[in-house]
Amino acid sequence: MTDTGTDTALTPRRSGLTRRQKRALSRGAQYVIFVAAVVALAVGADWGRLQNQFAQVDLAKQLFPDIITLALKNTVLYTLSGFVVGLVLGMVIALMRLSSVGPYRWISGIYIEIFRGLPALLIFIFVGVAVPLAFPGTEIPGGTYGKVAIALGLVSAAYMAETIRAGIQAVPKGQMEAARSLGFSHARAMISVVIPQAFRIVIPPLTNELVLLFKDSSLVLFLGVTLEERELAKFGRDLASETANSTPILVAGLCYLLVTVPLGFVVRRLEAKAAEATK
Amino acid sequence: MSAPESSAAAPRSGAPEISVRALHKSFGDNEVLRGIDLEIRQGEVVCVIGPSGSGKSTLLRCVNLLEEPSKGQVFVGGTELTDPDVDIDAVRRRIGMVFQQFNLFPHLTVTENLTLPQRRVLRRDKATAARVAAENLERVGLAEKADAYPSSLSGGQQQRVAIARALAMGPEVMLFDEPTSALDPELVGDVLAVMRRLAHEGMTMMVVTHEMTFAREVADRVVFMDGGVIVEDGTPDQVITAPQHTRTRHFLSRLLDPAMAEVEEETSDLVHGAPKPPVTQQERPPTPPGRGV
Repeated sequence: MTDTGTDTALTPRRSGLTRRQKRALSRGAQYVIFVAAVVALAVGADWGRLQNQFAQVDLAKQLFPDIITLALKNTVLYTLSGFVVGLVLGMVIALMRLSSVGPYRWISGIYIEIFRGLPALLIFIFVGVAVPLAFPGTEIPGGTYGKVAIALGLVSAAYMAETIRAGIQAVPKGQMEAARSLGFSHARAMISVVIPQAFRIVIPPLTNELVLLFKDSSLVLFLGVTLEERELAKFGRDLASETANSTPILVAGLCYLLVTVPLGFVVRRLEAKAAEATK
Repeated sequence: MSAPESSAAAPRSGAPEISVRALHKSFGDNEVLRGIDLEIRQGEVVCVIGPSGSGKSTLLRCVNLLEEPSKGQVFVGGTELTDPDVDIDAVRRRIGMVFQQFNLFPHLTVTENLTLPQRRVLRRDKATAARVAAENLERVGLAEKADAYPSSLSGGQQQRVAIARALAMGPEVMLFDEPTSALDPELVGDVLAVMRRLAHEGMTMMVVTHEMTFAREVADRVVFMDGGVIVEDGTPDQVITAPQHTRTRHFLSRLLDPAMAEVEEETSDLVHGAPKPPVTQQERPPTPPGRGV
């Protein structure tokens, strides 16, 4: 567009700005807003107070090694036990969902709708409070660990069931037919041929579910737990109130990110790989 | 541990190996098979041809009960498959099937594709399964691909592995469902060569195919199906070279050249006199004759 003269003559512009000028103006405005916000934060924030509240190095140091050896360890334990329960239960529900027996399909459908529709917190309260109230004397095996495994398992099973079902259905029908034509029974074909392939498909979404569970394990906060059973969120909160300082919360948060960020990275890698494979 | 080669001695035209009686199959309101009667004797090679939608694949799939017939009976090796009390998994062990889309197990290596069914279904021990797998890979000329994954093989190689996998089970009968239709033209020959050799070894074979050259050279009988019924059943000469029915002629002429569909009278001459095998479907160039046995 060197000859702007004729251009203007042909297409009269209302604003008097070219497209390029408009774009530069818009981008410039966004930078101005950003810089203004940063400056306002830098000038307006009480940095001393913020550091005092959130980043007291001495206090942070005191959290170690307990925050790792106790809190993070418990978070990981809760997450993994919940994941295992959820995976096994989810597998069963997924197979029920695909069953030729009507009642199995209905029951699994209802289960999935209920547990996907309820807040995880409510399930925790249900397992931790309502069940012991309703059936006094019954003891969930494993104490808090058992309760958490069941609560997290119940919730994640609903999501994992749908994921696994979709994975099984994504395995081409010919695989089952080939296995049947070789003399495999339906169940054997499922176990030896279909499910191994389905699991490859669902590894990325299941890893994602693991990340969600890792965060949801913080709901243990609402069950009465002993000092030894505290996980990251509870540990951070307890120490924050003990010390009247927010640094433990910040450190606990960093511990979560220490696990969730790499896992999220792994999920994206797996998804990219799966997308590559299906090309 | 029945060696697959044992069938080589079986005489052609023996006892009926496959017997289909008054077979009907409907999908909802759509009646795909409308009364099929067919007998295939031991050692016989029967090619089933016909336009798409004629029910030929459905018929084949009814023979090992991948499709449940709506009415009628299917016997294989004297066992009635349509009997509700029959152990279908036990019967299917005796019937090998090869699919258009190969259907190899992608999560397993070539050897594992062959050993898994032997181990799980026939309960063969590891060493026997591995030996039979190696023998059958040798048989289809793919011994060097034993440790490869299916995705690294060409379509033709995958299909030969699929044939080897079926053979490793020591079947009495082999069913082929358009085994070369999904292959690039230059890969068809190798698969047909394996099938040709199998036919010469005396295997009872039922082949749904569009490969007229193969049908003419290898088949003992050719069955032409249209609209869910068998229109014509006879030797390749009778059915392909000198078809009696208008529908057969029409089909063959279209197969030869879509533009010739109208010129039905000349069809038999054309097919008969054609120096080269007819082009099957639109895109398929002739299969090189004589690449096989």
